[in-house]
Formats: sequence, C-alpha cells, structure tokens
Amino acid sequence: MFPRPIQQSSPAVQWLYRLALPVALFLWLFPLLGVAVTSVRPASDLAQGNYFGIPSYLAFENYADVFRNTPMAKYIVNSFIVTIPTVIGAVALSLMTGFALAVYRFKANLILFFLFVAGNFVPFQILMVPVRDLTLNLGMYNTWYGLALFHIAFQTGFCTLFMRNFIKALPFELIEAARVEGVAEWRIFWFIVLPLMRPAIAALSVLIFTFIWNDFFWATVLTTSPETQPITAGLSSLNGQWVAAWHLVSAGSILAALPPVAMFFLMQKHFIAGLTLGAVK
Amino acid sequence: MTSFWKANQRRLAPWLFLAPGLLMFAVYVIIPIFQSMWISFYDWDGLGEAKWIGTANYVELTTDPNMVTSFKNNIIWLVLYMLAVPAGLFIAIFLNQTVGGIRLYKSLFFFPFVISQVVVGLIFSWFYAPNFGLFYKVIEFFTGQGVAILADPGLVTYGIIAAGLWPQIAYVMILYLTGLNNVAPDQVEAARLDGAKGWRMLWYVILPQLRPATFIAVVVTVIGALRSFDLVSIMTNGGPFGSSRVLSYYMYEKALSEYGYRMGYGAAIAVVLFAIMMIFISGFIWKMWRDETER
Repeated sequence: MFPRPIQQSSPAVQWLYRLALPVALFLWLFPLLGVAVTSVRPASDLAQGNYFGIPSYLAFENYADVFRNTPMAKYIVNSFIVTIPTVIGAVALSLMTGFALAVYRFKANLILFFLFVAGNFVPFQILMVPVRDLTLNLGMYNTWYGLALFHIAFQTGFCTLFMRNFIKALPFELIEAARVEGVAEWRIFWFIVLPLMRPAIAALSVLIFTFIWNDFFWATVLTTSPETQPITAGLSSLNGQWVAAWHLVSAGSILAALPPVAMFFLMQKHFIAGLTLGAVK
Repeated sequence: MTSFWKANQRRLAPWLFLAPGLLMFAVYVIIPIFQSMWISFYDWDGLGEAKWIGTANYVELTTDPNMVTSFKNNIIWLVLYMLAVPAGLFIAIFLNQTVGGIRLYKSLFFFPFVISQVVVGLIFSWFYAPNFGLFYKVIEFFTGQGVAILADPGLVTYGIIAAGLWPQIAYVMILYLTGLNNVAPDQVEAARLDGAKGWRMLWYVILPQLRPATFIAVVVTVIGALRSFDLVSIMTNGGPFGSSRVLSYYMYEKALSEYGYRMGYGAAIAVVLFAIMMIFISGFIWKMWRDETER
C-alpha cells in the first residue's frame, strides 16, 4: 500500500494526520460552506455588512422567496423532464451498440467503436449551429424533447464506450454456449447479457443523470423560456436579475446542486465505478 | 425469409443492434461536424439566404483581435488546467489511508465535481466579490488593498481557471484513488525492502503502475480545459472588455448572442477549436487503438 499506512507511524504523526483531515476538508469546501451559510442569512444581515459572522437567525424564508417569486419550481421540474428520458434513452441505445461492438467480429467494428469514442470528445461548438438549425426545422426548438433527443444522441458516444468494455469483460463462453444451443441472437442479448448488465446500467444512469442535470451549454442553445428551461439555464438568467442579492443567488445555487448531490450520496459506489472506468487495467 | 434470416443472422444482428444508436449519433454528432465546416464558408445570419464567401471568414479571423485574446486564453487554460493532475494525485495520496471515517472524507473531497459548473461559477463569484468577498477580504488583510479579480483584465482568466480547477482536481483525485487501490502490494513491499521510499518510491514504483489513471486524467483535463464555456459565461460573460473570452465562448457570442447572428463566422471559430481538439483526440485515439489491437 502506498503511502505507508499511517498506523505504522509514531503516535504524534497519527494524531497530526487526524487533525489535518478535517482542517484540509474545511479549507477545500470553504467556498461551498460560505454559500450554504449565505443561503440562510437574512437579507438584513447583508445590508448591515454581516457577511461572515453567524447569521442573526436562520432565514429559510430565502428559499421560500425563491420559490414564491421565481419560476424555480418549474425549472426543477423541467430539469427532471429532460434528464430522465435522456438517461433511459442513452442507456437503452448504448446497451445495443455496446453489445454489437463487444460480441460480433466484423470489419467496421473497431472503426465504429472509435467513431463513438472520438465523437464524445468533440467541442460542443462545432455542433452548435447545425444542431440548433436541425432542432428548429423539426419544430422542436424550445421543447424538452428537442433538448433530450440531442442529449441522448451525444451521450450514446460515452455510454457505448462504457457498455462495450463492460460486455467485453463478461465471460464469452456464456454466449458461445447459448449459440451452440441454437439460441437466437436477440434472445442472447435479452436473456443472457442484459441480466448481467445491472451494475453497468446503474453506474451509467447516475453518471448521465449528473451530466445532463448539470448541462448548461445546450440548455442555453436549445431552450429560451422558463416553460422549458432547465435549472442551470434558469439559474443563470435569475443571476442576471438578482444583482447582488446574494442570499437569493445562494439559495438558488444550493437548490440546483441538491439533486445530483443526493444522487451521488445514494449511489456512490456505482457513481465512482462509472467514473473511474479504465483508470485501472 | 426465415431461412435467409437463419443463415445470415450472425452477420446481420450487429447492424440491427447498432442501427438506432448509430443513426442518432450520425444525425446529431457526426454529420453536424461536416455541416459546420461547410457553413464556415458562408455569410449567414441563421434565417435569410446564406452567401458563399469562400475563406473570407478565416481571413477575417487572422486579424480579429478578439480571436487573439481567446486563443491566448485557451492556451493559458490548457497549461494551468494541467495542474489538476499533480494536485489530484497529491490529495489522493493524502487520503489513501485507512482511518475511521476516511470514506466520508473521500466523498466530501469529491463533492465539487458533482455540482454543476453554473453553481461552481456562482460560488466563486461570491468568493471573489469586491468589497465583501472572502478572497477580496483576505488579500486586503495581507496587502491593505483588495483585488477585484473578476473586474481586472489581467487577472480575470486566472480567477476563472482557479474556479475550474476546483472540480477538476476532485475528478483527478478520484481517478488516482482508484488507481492507488489497485497498486500491486507485493511490488511496493519488495521496493521497500530494497530501501525505496518517499519520492523515489513514488516515481519509480507507484507512478508507472498508475499510468492508466494518469492517461485518463490527462484526457479529461485537456477536454475540460477546451470546453471551458460554462464558467466564463456565468462569471464574466467574457468581460471585462472581452479579456476573459475563450474560443468556445467567443464562438457562441458571435453566432448567437447580442453581438449578432453571424453563423458562418461562429462556425469558422468552432472549426479552429475543433482542429485544436483534434490534435489531442487523435493522440488519445492512437494510444487506445494500439492498446486495443495489441490485446
């Protein structure tokens, strides 16, 4: 194990390490803590210059204000409406593409695989003008499905990489044996491979949920009004209206951060498994 | 029909499985890349008639002072963003112990990556805010004179990069934590018996085993640096005086924001950004291709 386990050091060093951990964490998360405290600081504190002291009381009314005076609730709902179909769509498509690229040998196999991988890395800007145009022409501009369709297509690149490598690591004998028995290919997919994919599906779902929830660029390019805008775009436009109303900005930020944070804590194991795919051989 | 299917099932099946995903990916990702290249030769406002102007957009780019600023900033982003790799490794080594509650510490250190960049941008805007922002206060305390980072054309890009590094370091950290978990213990013990420790151990024994993690860390950091749109948009809108623009933001500004709907010119900027990205993408793909075919 590297570094040497701290238990083998002198008690003084061990004690120091245990002290350093919370101090380092506090410094690391300091900006976030500051915003969390500001989100429950009454506006009167800010007006009197009490920016860092203890809030004179916990002003949960800031959150109530945000919900009452802005379309925040609608933004949150919109985010879910875009995110959930995207997760389902991208996972479903990539299960099939990943299966095809992992199980069959054919000439274009590697080329197609690397097409998905490379496409996943391109800058969004090179897609922006044509995708916006296509969405306009299909009459899907400023709708949740226009945004979700693009996300599904784009995320299929990353998901295919993930699924293909996962299926490749499964014991191939299972598939061979089924073929000898004369099982149809789609039944192999459905009854043999799919049940083994549960951990991969879970890992990808949490990752894609977070990616799409946090997307800002496409939300600004493909949606324009509070009826369809997800929370990232909504928060950005509210930030323009709330000049220096930091207690409201902070409350809005915390609200936008909550769902992916909750997702991360509930599904931590899967989340990290998905993110670190390929980090070990 | 059924006999044909029976005979050719194994040959047709992969294409049927691929069809929906490949179709979507082609329509929304592959084809638009070429369409953008095509549009970059036109003068087009996105609504009216597009006019072919040859390479005029690219010629204009070479003398556009905003382009120079954006390009320069992109390079600063790329170079400084790389700090995330050693910094993430450092934190991973710091946290790679087995003491009570360490799991919770690891997840909390990872926290910034889970949060949207929009929120990260707002958090750091608050942190930097002139007169009451904490960063401003600290500088004021030490030097007697606060600095409004986001209003200073010379410092603004560094301020935004610092905000971007926060989640990026968290990401790299988690990659290295996973890598450290899989370092072969017998090799570490053997090296220890040979008297290796500290830096030499890290350099000659640990880092070579972390190579897959380092590769992914570099890939995601390069991509992250070149995709730096969200933070610039939230924190400064490219300002003050356009000094924090990067290519990804400048492209958006030209094509879609109040600076006018110059789709062709925007597409030309995007093509330049794409070309830069392609240098890195081909490198990554080449390495992955080698690993894949060697297996």
